[in-house]
Amino acid sequence: MENSQNFINENYLNYIKSVSPRTNESKTLFRAFLVGGLICCIGQGFRYLFEYALGLSGNELAAFVSAVMIFLGAFLTGLGVYDRIGKFAGGGSIVPITGFANSVVSPAIEFKTEGYIYGLAAKMFVIAGPIIVFGVASSVLVGLVYYGIYNIF
Amino acid sequence: MEIVLMLLKVFAVGGVICAFAQLLINYTKLTAGKILVYFLLAGAVLQAVGLYQYVVDFAGAGATVPISGFGYLLSKGAMEGAKKGLFEALTGGITAAGMGITAAIVFGYLFALFSKSRSKKN
Repeated sequence: MENSQNFINENYLNYIKSVSPRTNESKTLFRAFLVGGLICCIGQGFRYLFEYALGLSGNELAAFVSAVMIFLGAFLTGLGVYDRIGKFAGGGSIVPITGFANSVVSPAIEFKTEGYIYGLAAKMFVIAGPIIVFGVASSVLVGLVYYGIYNIF
Repeated sequence: MEIVLMLLKVFAVGGVICAFAQLLINYTKLTAGKILVYFLLAGAVLQAVGLYQYVVDFAGAGATVPISGFGYLLSKGAMEGAKKGLFEALTGGITAAGMGITAAIVFGYLFALFSKSRSKKN
């Protein structure tokens, strides 16, 4: 009984495989590469701009560039443009810091109807919350380990 | 010429990081949120063992704009703080990443406030 059940399941899975549209792997990879690379180049453009126009450098430069990229990501999400880019680019739009901004604004807009505090402000952190939690936790861990290393040796 | 070469490096490294994320999406069905967390942690760990700095020196924004660059910044801040003292070791990470987090919260709230939901149209 169980064997025949497995056999049917296997047949069914094979059938699904043959019928469902195959996502073109190389095409999605190429698109992610293209859009991700372009977004990083825009970031590099702002790096040059701030470096030469405002004379920033080091951590300050990196911080202002990421702030501008987050501004752009949030702005384009608000206009509904970023989701269209996302449909084309997949991972190419998720991984850059603009995608982080998108993950903040997108659920916030969606849950706006539940109010400005428990809807908008709370839902901003549905995806960004875990990122901040793991980011801060890992930085504390790294800080403690390095503090230990510096003070023991 | 130097700028063109740099932009090529930025494009290549940033593109490869994003293509790797796409590879994970294609083969593992990870959601966007999990991919962001894993890439952030990867950047933090690579910086903690001293490797990510080389990628940043080589490719600039190609390494700092992806979310792994955010993890890099958190680790870098903590490592620099640890040289000064315990307080800086604990706060260094979030201090370095403070601008990004502040921008995400302030711009995120503002743009969400002034945007209308579009999900019903599609």
